[in-house]
Amino acid sequence: MTNASFSELRLESVGRSFGEQEALAGLDLTIRSGEFIALLGPSGCGKSTALNCLAGLLPLTAGSIWMDSRRIDTLPPEKRGFGMVFQNYALFPHLTVRKNIDFGLQMRHLPKADVARRSTEAVRLVHLEEHAGKLPGQLSGGQQQRVAIARAVVLEPSLVLMDEPLSNLDAKLRLEMRTEIRRLHQSLGLTTVYVTHDQEEALSMADRLVVLRAGRVQQIGTPAELHTQPVNWHVADFMGFRNLFPATVVNGGRGVLGDEVVVDVDGLRLVGAAAAPITVGEKAAVGIRPEDLQIIAPNDPGTTAGNVIRAKVSVVEYQGREFAVEVRTATGIRLHLRTPIRLDAGDVVDLRVPAERLLVFPGGNDLPVEEAPLGETASADGRLLREAS
Amino acid sequence: MSTASRPMARVGKPTGPLLRHRLADRGINARLLLLVPGLVFIVMLFVYPFLYGLTLSFQPMDGGGPFDSYRRFFEDSFQSSTIWKTLKLAIPSALFNVLASVPIAYRLRGKFRGKRFLTTVLVIPITLGTVLTAEGLLNFLGPAGWFNRALMSAGVINEPLPLINNYWGVFFSIVISGFPFAFLLILSYLSGIDPSLERAASTLGADWKERFRRITLPLLAPGLATTFCLTFVLAFSVFPSAILVGDPTNTTRVISIAAYQAAIEQYDWSFASAIAMIMGVIEIAVIGLVQLWRSQFYVGSTGGKGA
Ligand SMILES: Nc1ncnc2c1ncn2[C@@H]1O[C@H](COP(=O)(O)OP(=O)(O)O)[C@@H](O)[C@H]1O
Ligand SMILES: [Mg+2]
Repeated sequence: MTNASFSELRLESVGRSFGEQEALAGLDLTIRSGEFIALLGPSGCGKSTALNCLAGLLPLTAGSIWMDSRRIDTLPPEKRGFGMVFQNYALFPHLTVRKNIDFGLQMRHLPKADVARRSTEAVRLVHLEEHAGKLPGQLSGGQQQRVAIARAVVLEPSLVLMDEPLSNLDAKLRLEMRTEIRRLHQSLGLTTVYVTHDQEEALSMADRLVVLRAGRVQQIGTPAELHTQPVNWHVADFMGFRNLFPATVVNGGRGVLGDEVVVDVDGLRLVGAAAAPITVGEKAAVGIRPEDLQIIAPNDPGTTAGNVIRAKVSVVEYQGREFAVEVRTATGIRLHLRTPIRLDAGDVVDLRVPAERLLVFPGGNDLPVEEAPLGETASADGRLLREAS
Repeated sequence: MSTASRPMARVGKPTGPLLRHRLADRGINARLLLLVPGLVFIVMLFVYPFLYGLTLSFQPMDGGGPFDSYRRFFEDSFQSSTIWKTLKLAIPSALFNVLASVPIAYRLRGKFRGKRFLTTVLVIPITLGTVLTAEGLLNFLGPAGWFNRALMSAGVINEPLPLINNYWGVFFSIVISGFPFAFLLILSYLSGIDPSLERAASTLGADWKERFRRITLPLLAPGLATTFCLTFVLAFSVFPSAILVGDPTNTTRVISIAAYQAAIEQYDWSFASAIAMIMGVIEIAVIGLVQLWRSQFYVGSTGGKGA
């Protein structure tokens, strides 16, 4: 049994195909002891596949996994000594909470007294003392989730794997459990790989994030790095750059402006920062976070300073402290912003975005074509026509 | 809520909900009437003949006390020994069917190519019927059958093994018709167990033996009990194969032969009915014991969408 801790766990171009389909390809990742890593990506991008490969539940079709200098990808799951929390919890329905937690300890042939002591401790850790004698079917979703976590961490595994553990819980419980998992991680110092499709969850919990798309790594970095410097628009999309639209680079790139580039969006010139090397004439994707769009007064001197977009308010949603507003430019680009100012549909506003907050990504050709919302019609090229009213 | 718009909904007594709601809570409503045709059918085809047979069994043909038919059965060892002979066939063969199905079904529980083909092939013996099976057995296991000839030409044995027209002939026949049935049932019970449970167990350090013993088997136990009961009942009323490939005057004179002879050869309907009642009681006793065993196990959801 390998419960021995490691100083680093290396995944070297790990891949897994199902027949023709590559569910995961070329995953290189080094996990340091004690780290909390989040695998982030949309549904079907290969997160569970990656986790199951790590756990040994799925054989690899490419690459290798190393625990320090020991190769482990050929070991069966029961020999790896990793703990896993499943999306559907996978609690043993015929065993009580207590016996579910005892299970792993008994598999290690620990003395009875040790089993009892450690499982009592684990039950206390997840606040389930009163429910220890119940069957999983008699517990609520959140309680089942705690049992699943306790069952995995009671073995003090060298690595804990969690597959979307909070996705079946309601919003309030999800926030609570998020804090609790983070607390457990900090108090027990368990190295954790956490799978989620929720960027907020990943950003708030992880030390490092791995963003996956269609089985391939897009970017690996700390939450701050990913938040401020996404390398492509796919990552940006995940990191809250809700405003993404195509543009053409007209100036900058490798020119005198250095990192600064000028892009053309249907005749409108905007100045932004290149998120990756990009050259003049190239198609690009422009990304702006809703919170980086500021509304300026019509006759503000800033109006002439550039990076101003004029648009008409189309939807206003009240969201407590502020309003989420959707506006559309004359050329039909849809933008989202947040503001404490009360606006009404039909108002015309001027928006400014600081050049360093407008990111220019290479390759805007594959941006998704916006679908026309109800009550509007799209023209043939996917651009939206002006509203009739 | 406005009562004016719903004249039917009277305001109930403040002490409790409406009677109709209380009844509905227990599943009692007008839809129960849909059960009536089914109930009539069951009463006509099952309850009535059963009660008729029961009364008949207390009216011995040659007069005497109401329990005379029963006494005759138990006092005559030629008759009463059929109970033991039948149990000796039915219990081991049902056990064999269940126990042999488990490892095979366990290996085949996942998805694999040709699963549908295999299950189709396995259904065939069920559809063949006992007479065809018996004929096949005679050809295959008889003194001049392939099996014995192959063994003899290989020099393993000098004389044909007596595999039919005795206990083993009937045993094989029961296995051939009962095994596919047991296998398919157990396979479906197994696919109903969430595969992630075993995966979870393996990440907790359990090898396949521990996973089977501590996770799969306990969750499968109720299914095993049910499968055993069904194959047992099938085997207990074995009749054609006991005659065709058995030794119907001696070692495989099963209880259904006794009942048949009483009814058709001696025209003693009271005695035949008594034997039928005894058969029923024994079957219920065995099933009761199995259910008692089963009640020790968890019987709730096995948490799975299955494979
Ligand atoms: N057992 C399987 N057989 C075939 N394809 C699979 C299997 N498991 C996953 N896939 C495919 O691999 C891709 C990645 O799946 P998965 O890792 O479960 O995604 P995620 O967990 O990120 O939602 C998906 O396109 C899925 O259809
Ligand atoms: Mg998944």
